Amino acid sequence: MSIEWKNYECADLYDELINNRGNPRQPARRLANFVSKLGVEELQKRRQLADATVQDMGVSFTVYTDEGNIDRAWPFDIIPRIIPAKEWNQIALGLKQRLKALNLFINDIYHKQEIIKDGIVPAYLIQNSKNFRPECVGVKPAFGVWAHICGSDLVRDADGKMYVLEDNLRVPSGVSYMLENRAVTKRVLPEVFGRENVLPVDDYPSKLFDMLAALSPRKVKQPEIVVLTPGIYNSAYFEHAFLAQQMGAELVEGSDLLVDTDDCVYMRTIRGRERVDVIYRRIDDMFIDPEVFSKDSMLGVPGLMRAWKKGNVALANAPGAGVADDKVIYAYVPKIIEYYLGEKALIPNVPTYLCDNEDEREYVIEHIHELVVKPANESGGYGMLVGPHSTKKDQEKFVKLIKENPRNYIAQPTLMLSTAPTLTDGGRPEPRHLDLRPFILQSKDLYVTTGGLTRVAMVKGSLVVNSSQGGGSKDTWIVESEGV
Amino acid sequence: MLARVAERLYWAARYLERAENTSRLIGVYDNLLFDLPKDLLDISWFNLIELNSSAETFNRRYKVRSERNIVKFLVSDPDNPSSIAASVRAVRENLRTTRDVIPPAAWEQVNELFIYVNKHSRDGLLRARRHEFLTEIIERSQSLNGLLHGSLIRDEAWQFIKLGRNIERADMTTRILDAGAAVLENTKVFETSNPAQVIWGNVLRSIDAYMSYRRAVKSTVRGSDVARFLLDEELLPRSVAYCSRQICQAATNLSQVSGRKSPVNTDKLPKYIIEKEGDLGADFRSYLNELQLAIAAIHVQICQTWFPHD
Repeated sequence: MSIEWKNYECADLYDELINNRGNPRQPARRLANFVSKLGVEELQKRRQLADATVQDMGVSFTVYTDEGNIDRAWPFDIIPRIIPAKEWNQIALGLKQRLKALNLFINDIYHKQEIIKDGIVPAYLIQNSKNFRPECVGVKPAFGVWAHICGSDLVRDADGKMYVLEDNLRVPSGVSYMLENRAVTKRVLPEVFGRENVLPVDDYPSKLFDMLAALSPRKVKQPEIVVLTPGIYNSAYFEHAFLAQQMGAELVEGSDLLVDTDDCVYMRTIRGRERVDVIYRRIDDMFIDPEVFSKDSMLGVPGLMRAWKKGNVALANAPGAGVADDKVIYAYVPKIIEYYLGEKALIPNVPTYLCDNEDEREYVIEHIHELVVKPANESGGYGMLVGPHSTKKDQEKFVKLIKENPRNYIAQPTLMLSTAPTLTDGGRPEPRHLDLRPFILQSKDLYVTTGGLTRVAMVKGSLVVNSSQGGGSKDTWIVESEGV
Repeated sequence: MLARVAERLYWAARYLERAENTSRLIGVYDNLLFDLPKDLLDISWFNLIELNSSAETFNRRYKVRSERNIVKFLVSDPDNPSSIAASVRAVRENLRTTRDVIPPAAWEQVNELFIYVNKHSRDGLLRARRHEFLTEIIERSQSLNGLLHGSLIRDEAWQFIKLGRNIERADMTTRILDAGAAVLENTKVFETSNPAQVIWGNVLRSIDAYMSYRRAVKSTVRGSDVARFLLDEELLPRSVAYCSRQICQAATNLSQVSGRKSPVNTDKLPKYIIEKEGDLGADFRSYLNELQLAIAAIHVQICQTWFPHD
């Protein structure tokens, strides 16, 4: 049974591959025809092959509530999402611009705070921010860069325009899935790869390595770079191991490291102690050093902050970088870009209401049934309200929460996220909502992944794409159009 | 190399070898007991529990010492840390936490092995499918060993794997010999016709050494020759002598790269003189036990030298 795109119901949506007349968009034409010719049964077979491949490769992530089964196979949809290279290049410029400005902002916040003195960002936002770390004031990380690895979430609204939904500057995850998704797709849809001009993604680990190596405080030929993981029970453990392996770096746990009286960091090896130069830490600020932050943290390394402040070790991302990934600060990013770079933001923000502002708060409470309400400091899709999909009771609960702690909440219009064809259990593609998380690196240079991780809400109509909330993912193709 | 990583690799190698050898042990019994009188069956199966020093755990779990319970204990019981399923799980967990040093293909194979055992461990319990199941485990372990052999750079990671593999292998060879000696004892209790040749032939086959024995020893299959062959033959890859040399080599190499004194001296392993068939009785079995303790002592020294937990 072949697949008719004419029957694909996406008339009221913006679909990435199929326009609302049921015709494949230009860059997706070959893929759409191929999928259509494969037909339901063969697509089903390819999907089984993909599932088996994902299992064999051991691609997994952890769901905290899945008792007893600590790692779960990564739900993967075989139909790629396609973005034309021309559009992507513009987005990449916008992402670089954004991270550059955010780093200037963080550095300013921990030094002179000129942006506050100039009245662009109100001082109380910083003082009340959960992610502002007074311990970091005055520290001078290499190149003035604090957020070395950033994962920004992009969404396309019904108008076809891309917006930045949020920036993740603490320990963003997902890049390994981007790489593994490509590897799986190559095995599952090899026929399309040969004929399509899909730009490769695999240079990420070496770019990550170069970025980290540039941070080394010792100017040695082979700086010792390690990936610090909280361990096997962390939801992103697979990724930590994957990146360490791809970079040829040691994957360490807190107990493998120690800070000596010389304030340098060492790892325990079979040779005894060896000096560590750069730590790509995948542990939250609050747990990295029990001497400074959470006293009972078993995950961190006592003395790590001391070593970092002395400049004896580089931490990526730097502690305190999260001050800029607060969702209230997010609302100010366009102004931040203008302030530091004198440029207009290339990628717009989603309009955001700050509950702290009285007028805006009233608007939010009045329109709560049509807005998305988010806490300022949570990630992973926890603790948010999607107005149109919520009950009266949920709404009342959130109104109460907002009134109690207005600084902690923002609201945004419910975006009609774009969709892409996704295989359902019935074996036919149906539109499912998605977003895109590219990864941006900065130390000496700036780099953006080619595309990123496309996350899909596997449930019909759902707008929640987070893997911790049952979302899946797709391969993302940036396709160079052939000279027409 | 991180001490923790070294330790996990060492254990991964041990557990991989253990999964393979447990499969071999069950396989040899499966084969052997067809050729023995029926009365001997269950008592002989229980040898497998005793010679793995797991009688206590077994008795806690099961009342009846039946073939089914024993095989279940050895194949799939999660409470038996040396069961095939538990060993494969341990290999996977150890390699999962050391993925940064092993080739990606090795990780995929471990995963496939793990998935296979989870899906098929019931087959191990059914006589009709047992052979296929055990063979599959053995083949997959060997293919993983082969992959490591053919692709892993000969750095510390390789040396720790070599250490673990050979310690486990030497230990298992002593246990497989013990398995033979134990059945032989049982047959004496029951005063059946002497099946020594069947028993020792199966012992050889269980470690793929039958053909090598024939070519090297050039005599009929005799218990005393088989025992000497498996203990002392320096050219046989699963003999205690060969494994000891491998252990020494790996330890010496590691002591050079880590700047620590090698803790291993296999010259001190206990010796036992075997001249005639009568030398394979109770004394022989207690010698094997002593040898196992000596191997365990080497293990402890390795841990203290390279995996200190300060």
